[in-house]
Amino acid sequence: MENLINIGIRSIFIDNMIFAYFLGMCSFLAISKKVKTAFGLGVAVIFVLGITVPINWLVQNYMLKEGSFAWLGADFATVDLSFLQFIVFISVIAAVVQLTEMAVEKFSPALYGTLGIFLPLIAVNCAILGGALFMVGRSYTLPEATVYGLGSGIGWMLAIVALAGVREKMKYSNVPGPLRGLGITFILVGLMSFGFLSFLGFSL
Amino acid sequence: MSTETVAVEVKKAEPLFSKKNKKLITNPLDIDNPITVQVLGVCSALAVTTQMLPALYMSASLLVVTAASNAIISMMRNTIPSRIRIIVQLAVVSLWVTLVSELLKAYAYDISKTLSVFVGLIITNCIVMGRLEAFAMGNKPGPSFMDGVGNGLGYGLILMIIAFFRELLGSGAIFGFKVFEAMGLHYKSNGLMLLPAGACILLGIVIWVQRSINGYRESH
Repeated sequence: MENLINIGIRSIFIDNMIFAYFLGMCSFLAISKKVKTAFGLGVAVIFVLGITVPINWLVQNYMLKEGSFAWLGADFATVDLSFLQFIVFISVIAAVVQLTEMAVEKFSPALYGTLGIFLPLIAVNCAILGGALFMVGRSYTLPEATVYGLGSGIGWMLAIVALAGVREKMKYSNVPGPLRGLGITFILVGLMSFGFLSFLGFSL
Repeated sequence: MSTETVAVEVKKAEPLFSKKNKKLITNPLDIDNPITVQVLGVCSALAVTTQMLPALYMSASLLVVTAASNAIISMMRNTIPSRIRIIVQLAVVSLWVTLVSELLKAYAYDISKTLSVFVGLIITNCIVMGRLEAFAMGNKPGPSFMDGVGNGLGYGLILMIIAFFRELLGSGAIFGFKVFEAMGLHYKSNGLMLLPAGACILLGIVIWVQRSINGYRESH
């Protein structure tokens, strides 16, 4: 249990997807102009990460890993499909995103209104595939992978909502012309990332 | 890549190096740069630039993937149903990324260790998907290939600029060669440049300089 809490805290603050690994920067920069839309996208990311990381864990351990077909007989004991990792992971992610979109559309039109437009975008958000690849690299167990997926999503949402808040205020500042827009946003992200450095070395 | 030249010869359309096609390569280097203007592919640009050598390999991998998948998607563009185009595009892209990643593992193992997950993440690199959506879905294979090469070069250019400053200031070296020691100077490395924060601020400054020169402005 303590281990799970530790992984959760780590993935939210210390190994933050944005401030430590720069994953999901494209949508992070593009959709952070208003707090409300940023929040919507953040919730969608938590949702998709929380589902796809455990599913990909199952795929990795029962399909791709060397020896995962051993139950079929001795001939299959050495089958190693891990070179198919990228193509399988991205298909799982795209399929889950598509399914989620359809399910949300059918059962909750109100939620679809706020979340729907962001869902297709998420399939190509590096944070989702990154989460799956890091999960394999760190050899988590299934509960750990689930907590890691949810935690990374929460960390991502925290970052995008915070940046959107700052950018809303930036509208009233007098920024030098060439630095306006993207330039100042990068410098802001850099400064925020300084703040998150202070979490370094935290452990439970 | 050979398939692409064949397609051009058969169609007898404009030559591969016409004026229009040259623009496809030169525009992304400056006024239409994928990173600083289109804001695509930022994640990897910041993450792999602590040293110049991995950055160079990363740019080359991305160039191959973008150009090849642009050409292939452009050949299939009239037969892809629009509802499932994202997954078709992802399948083509991940084919090329798998090839590149296996090649790196075979011939440049150390580099592929340093790049870790970021080679795989080329699949979701917005430059590749963005160019497929914006260009390859509506253009012939020849120009699409050139567009892929151009955007790959534009990405590589920014990557190398950032990696140059990060490696020079962060560890006092260029391509692993200790410049300051060779000149007989003592240089205390600036660890900030190796941190994520340093990369973000550096990219902000690169954008500032570029926009001061070419006059591009954003209204918030």
